[in-house]
Amino acid sequence: MKGIAIGQYYPGKSLLHKMDPRVKILLTLVFVFLIFFCKNFWALGLMGSFLLIGMLISGVPFKMLIRSLRAILFIVLITAVLNLFYVTDGNVLFPNTFIKITDKGLYTAIFMTVRIACLIIGSSLMTFTTTPTMLTDAIERLLSPLKIFKIQVHTLAMMMTLALRFIPTLMEEIEKIMNAQKARGADLESGNIIDRAKALVPILVPLFVSSFRRAYELAFAMECRCYTGGNGRTRMKQMKLSWLDLLFGFAMTSILAGVILLNHYFAHLI
Amino acid sequence: MPIISLKNLTHTYSAGTPLSVSAIENINLDIESGELVGIIGHTGSGKSTLVQHLNGLLKPTEGKVFIDGEDIWSNKKKIRSVRFKVGLCFQYPEYQLFEETVYKDISFGPKNMGMSKEEIDLSVRRAADYVGLRHDLLNKSPFDLSGGEKRRAAIAGVMAMNPKILILDEPTAGLDPKGRREILDMIVDYKKKTGSTVLLVSHSMEDVASVATKILVMNKSQVAMYGSVDEVFSRADELEKINLDVPQITRIFLGLRKRGIDVSADVYTVNEGCSRLLSLLNGGEC
Repeated sequence: MKGIAIGQYYPGKSLLHKMDPRVKILLTLVFVFLIFFCKNFWALGLMGSFLLIGMLISGVPFKMLIRSLRAILFIVLITAVLNLFYVTDGNVLFPNTFIKITDKGLYTAIFMTVRIACLIIGSSLMTFTTTPTMLTDAIERLLSPLKIFKIQVHTLAMMMTLALRFIPTLMEEIEKIMNAQKARGADLESGNIIDRAKALVPILVPLFVSSFRRAYELAFAMECRCYTGGNGRTRMKQMKLSWLDLLFGFAMTSILAGVILLNHYFAHLI
Repeated sequence: MPIISLKNLTHTYSAGTPLSVSAIENINLDIESGELVGIIGHTGSGKSTLVQHLNGLLKPTEGKVFIDGEDIWSNKKKIRSVRFKVGLCFQYPEYQLFEETVYKDISFGPKNMGMSKEEIDLSVRRAADYVGLRHDLLNKSPFDLSGGEKRRAAIAGVMAMNPKILILDEPTAGLDPKGRREILDMIVDYKKKTGSTVLLVSHSMEDVASVATKILVMNKSQVAMYGSVDEVFSRADELEKINLDVPQITRIFLGLRKRGIDVSADVYTVNEGCSRLLSLLNGGEC
């Protein structure tokens, strides 16, 4: 369990890394929206090539980006298979066999697969180039208008940051407790589901106890450093928009226009 | 036949990745039955990795571990039985307590071994006696105990499995001097009563010097020295080179010797130093 990267940040100095995280989040949202807006392969191809350029300038190894697909491989497969067999209009591809696959079904299946792949790679491109702290920071800024509705945006963001911060710590803790119980002969690997669930008790109880202890200690430590919540709090790292963000914003806008045009002119294809 | 025997033991964390770190390298070591071995070394010297190999929690990247002459990895399925033979108590063991009562928590190990109810009861009460835990505490929740009592209860949880070899990783960490002394005395007492082999991992030379029969010094993933307390502390210069100290009282005696006062250098505890100095002052031999 050692060395699991939380938020899968890949350190680098590319243009994507240097972008303002707020803009990055917004552009990712636009990107996701546009992916669903694509109606044919031409539009999707445009998005795909944009994504490819993004992947290239990010400097994140392709292998790692592709690996982020693995988690949802199952969903992708199911979507593809369902589309393949449930789309029944169009020409039947193999007329003399019992397999009823139409060209349209095949087309939709591939289209869906590419779409989901773009979606996942696009959003992981953001998490690969933004540290979790920057992400939560940016989300806090973006959500700050909600203050009008008396929503404690800062508190929520702080909770998120702390949660992220403590994931590796808790993982380490779990490993320690597991080893300690294994040393007393705990058997975590065999037995049926109920046995296994029962075997988790000796791990979960100490984990909860120590989590609460940590939470108390952390709260004390924060109070000792005069933490009083978000009001009047200033920041060490100010976020500033730069020409870079403008550039990416402009690129995304042109792609938006491109997708609309392609959707319109090649509407008959799907 | 040595009870613990390590042959070319090497362990590399995250082997085969850019993050690979070798924690112990090519360790060859024989520990005889009945010893109380103090394992000393800096943080990151490989002490904890070493002891986790002895009960099969870690699998050697290379090399073999023999307990009682048997290669513990010869049959993977039997690895649990090795854990009953070699009891390992981790640092801050009080954080592993989980049961409703101290009694149930101590009996966790014996239960996993498949002991009968009577055997469990016997083992639990005996373990409680070893660590000096009053029997009326056994029915309390472990979370209601004081810090020192929790530590004892947790150590008892390992002792209750009646292991042939008991390994304690920094059992005195975070305790006050009185608590440290009590735990150390308890360990010596346990060894005397059960005749088992005990390995004590520690940072503190003072602790180790006062109880151990042998000392194992780890440095940079390797065994720097292994020998009797006298042997190891007679190499004070080498210890200093790897930034480890002989106990303060031994340093005083070594200093006295340097100044031409005829005292012996094999003094490791303050009490002993005191009596030696007194006899010297009274005109006797030292």
